[in-house]
Amino acid sequence: MYRLTTRTRAGTATAVAMLVLVVAGVMLPAFASRSVIQDLFFILTMLTLAQLWNLLAGYGGLVSVGQQAFVGIGAYAMFAGVILLGWDPVWAIPLGGLAALLLAVPTAFFAFRLQGAYFAIGTWVIAEVTRLLVAQWKALGGGTGTSLPREATRNIIGTDAIQALFGVRDAAARDILAYWLALVLVVLATAGIYWLLRSRLGLALAAVRDNVDAAQSVGVDAAKLKWAVFLIAAAATGLTGALIFMQTARISPDAAFAVTDWTAYVIFIVVIGGIGTIEGPILGVLVFYMLRSVLADYGSWYLMTLGVLAIVIMLFAPTGLWGLISARSGLHLFPVRRRLTGAKIEGGT
Amino acid sequence: MILKLDNVSKSFGALKVADRVTFSVPRGEALGIIGPNGAGKSTLFNLITGNLLANEGRLEFLGRDVTRAPAMQRVRMGIGRSFQIPQPFEGLTVFENLLTAAAFGRGGREADMVDDCARILDETDLIRKANTVAGTLSLLDRKRLELARALATGPELLLLDEIAGGLTEGECKVLVATIRQIHARGTTIIWIEHVLHALTSVVERLLVLDFGKVIGIGTPDEIMASKDVQEIYLGIEV
Repeated sequence: MYRLTTRTRAGTATAVAMLVLVVAGVMLPAFASRSVIQDLFFILTMLTLAQLWNLLAGYGGLVSVGQQAFVGIGAYAMFAGVILLGWDPVWAIPLGGLAALLLAVPTAFFAFRLQGAYFAIGTWVIAEVTRLLVAQWKALGGGTGTSLPREATRNIIGTDAIQALFGVRDAAARDILAYWLALVLVVLATAGIYWLLRSRLGLALAAVRDNVDAAQSVGVDAAKLKWAVFLIAAAATGLTGALIFMQTARISPDAAFAVTDWTAYVIFIVVIGGIGTIEGPILGVLVFYMLRSVLADYGSWYLMTLGVLAIVIMLFAPTGLWGLISARSGLHLFPVRRRLTGAKIEGGT
Repeated sequence: MILKLDNVSKSFGALKVADRVTFSVPRGEALGIIGPNGAGKSTLFNLITGNLLANEGRLEFLGRDVTRAPAMQRVRMGIGRSFQIPQPFEGLTVFENLLTAAAFGRGGREADMVDDCARILDETDLIRKANTVAGTLSLLDRKRLELARALATGPELLLLDEIAGGLTEGECKVLVATIRQIHARGTTIIWIEHVLHALTSVVERLLVLDFGKVIGIGTPDEIMASKDVQEIYLGIEV
């Protein structure tokens, strides 16, 4: 008698720990200072972007260097919703996701005609073209950018209640709201990707990543799958971009479409943490945050250190830090492996 | 007839890789395909599986015109294949390779496919390595996995592309015995192979290809006795 199992003790323990962490995360603003909340907002949004890029590259085999296009267009769409339509910034965030989704359709149409390195370069070029086009949008400040109107940032939905609840000022309440929304996004992104990988589609994604021809030969619709992954990642990246710039309340094409901030750092996080695992980006973002805190005052040495570290990891530990830990300990906090158990199987029961 | 090709042609520019190929395969038959390197054997497989689409001609599977049908649709209709150079999903385990093939080739829930995948792993002697990552397998096990994964799609027609190539005599015997078992259960097989003794120990008919053309089809004895085949394929001047 054979059985299929994905559950592990470590996986169950992780689920409980994550639940506790999320509850603690929700309650944190009651105890933590504003700077801690701002730092956590940064960590959570970068982690969301990293999980989404990992879904694209680590699971879908789509190494995009143009994710800043979706951060930027998402942020600009949110600003457009607030400035041009008079929407509350929170309600304008979904507009960012929608705009990114719409941009992803023509992007995928052109980029999917390219393979490997050409795909990567193609996505970067599309992001640059989008940046240049957005810089022509005079109503949103053109090339110099603009800020969210004061009346819009003062009256963001829920901030009054947060001020009353925690006894904080308007700006701090806005940070807490943004932090909670970032927490929601990261939980949704991580849980959504985990669910996807444990579903039938997770197998199909891995098959397409490993060998497209073979995947098609067993009935996997590789083209449809790539489209789905690209669109989902783009929309969620757009939502994250909108949230990031709601918190800063200031936007410019250079900041919103910055390849360093929204793609290079994200790739660094995934690569040093461990590509193709959910645990990797979590570990990677913590390492990135620590390095940033320690080295931020050293100017270009900071970037050079990040670059050298990424190269060293790629050369000597291509599965990243989590890959090293996992290989030595056999630990999988988010198990997706389907194991067949039965009498005749090596290591099976 | 389970498969019928009628004047199927395929060209890449000026190069004709399939030239008015016409033949049919009755249900339950094992047909061998031989021909020199570059004769268009693997291209013919790609035309049957839908990895390549024919420029001309008509291809029928189970009485339905599948000439323009994409590869995925043909798999789901019951055409399973192995590749000449094994192409496992290297990051997945052996079992996950089969599970993917079963879930997508037949359509259905993973949980419903477990017993069948385990049975195929048992039959192809891979059951002990079910949870081994496919990228770490030996050549023989990779060949077994090619066969097992194709079987997991639930094929009515199984296409085997040089599955015995590169194996030792002993390994080849084991694999041939497995293929014989599969054929005995009624699965129709088309098998491209250079290891002739392995091929002729299983197939009822042989088809010879040269420069994309069918130059002979018949029983192994008829084909081996044919002057054309001896000249073109075996290089013997008659």
